[in-house]
Amino acid sequence: MTSHIVDARAIHKHFGTLHVLKGVDLKVNERELVFVIGPSGSGKSTLLRCLNRLEEPSSGSIVVDGIDMLDPKTDINHARRRIGMVFQSFNLYPHMTALGNVTLALRKVAGKGRAEAEALGRAALERVGLAERADHTPGQLSGGQQQRVAIARSIALEPRVMLFDEPTSALDPELVGSVLEVMRGLRESGMTMIVVSHEMGFARNAADRVVFMDDGLIVEQGPPAAIFETPSHERTRAFIGQIQRH
Amino acid sequence: MIEAFFNIEIMKAAWPIVLTGLWNTILLSLIVVPLGLFGGLILALLASIRHPLVRWPLMAWVDFFRAFPPLVLLVLLFAGLPFAGLELDGFACVAIAFFLNTGSYYGEIFRAGIDSVPGGQVEAARSTGLSRMQAMRYVVLPQAVRNVMPDLLSNTLEVVKLTSLGSVVAVPELLYEARQAQSITYNPTPIVMAAVIYFLLLWPLVRLLSRLENRALAGRR
Repeated sequence: MTSHIVDARAIHKHFGTLHVLKGVDLKVNERELVFVIGPSGSGKSTLLRCLNRLEEPSSGSIVVDGIDMLDPKTDINHARRRIGMVFQSFNLYPHMTALGNVTLALRKVAGKGRAEAEALGRAALERVGLAERADHTPGQLSGGQQQRVAIARSIALEPRVMLFDEPTSALDPELVGSVLEVMRGLRESGMTMIVVSHEMGFARNAADRVVFMDDGLIVEQGPPAAIFETPSHERTRAFIGQIQRH
Repeated sequence: MIEAFFNIEIMKAAWPIVLTGLWNTILLSLIVVPLGLFGGLILALLASIRHPLVRWPLMAWVDFFRAFPPLVLLVLLFAGLPFAGLELDGFACVAIAFFLNTGSYYGEIFRAGIDSVPGGQVEAARSTGLSRMQAMRYVVLPQAVRNVMPDLLSNTLEVVKLTSLGSVVAVPELLYEARQAQSITYNPTPIVMAAVIYFLLLWPLVRLLSRLENRALAGRR
């Protein structure tokens, strides 16, 4: 048993001949916000996708909230309810309203009745500041609003951990703030969060820990100030330098 | 000319017969279209299991029945099966032949529709705990059907037209009944009646299809 809410050990992932993750260990405490940074192709998104088994790791072990995610006997659908995920491209269901997006899993996975699911769904939309947009379809919403609906879709299920895969990368700059605002609110409510993102400003003042990945490995990790101001590895230094020049 | 093709007297006499044929054509369509849609959906769902043991037999099945002329299939079932000790009436043969033939066409359309839905949709659904089947049912299929609606409609149009093949195996549909009337009256007017009725039956569908296609084009722009 482990005291960490996320405990991933020795994760390897091969795509054909490509060795994308080369033995990654990641432990996350409850209520912690961990930021994962690194150049594209470093394996950070793949690592995130392994944690809820959207990607099948080639080897290693993953325990989330006491559940062995890689045990074939684990009911993966049940386990995934406890792990929210937010995608770069939102992935809202375009044929449903915002409320429909949020209530689908509440009804079909959590087994709530329509009235209860809609009450919970509206409460989740309220939390992301979109209560009045409940009956809009994704096509009628801005990118920032769509991403907030996607966050509402996840938090409505009351997950124990939230995974964010580049949540603001597809957004116009003026829409990024509203999404980060919602994420900050989640953090203040005590949500455990693992965030893959290039929003360094947000990492600096919201993250508990920054993990730098390169070439399928975690190169170094530590408090944001340490990683950003005094990185100990040359590769980290080079990456931080590049990011800050932009 | 008018005596031969638009003979009012003959029209009056043939009307009840032709009407029976029309009802049977509608009835036949109401059976073979859902049957084909159902068969197609099953084929498409099987195709979404990307396992080689499922994929290759499925591909062979679909290719075979798309390449096989439906008229030949129908005659083979009707005239051939009795030699295997299985005697089916014309109606049953039409139902089976259409299930095999149009099911394969509908299957390819559904498959294209399913492929047109981005993978991120399934990932989002699965990440919230929906099972593979639930993701298919609530997230992928509604979008897939919407994306291929013009093709589904166009194929349905073809299927309704193909029901006239039933006349070959003595199913009393519109064309069969019109030919009966023709042979009784020695006049082609009943065939003209059937042609006009086919047109009136299908024209609204053709209009609807054009509108859907135009809207799809406008949406792409």
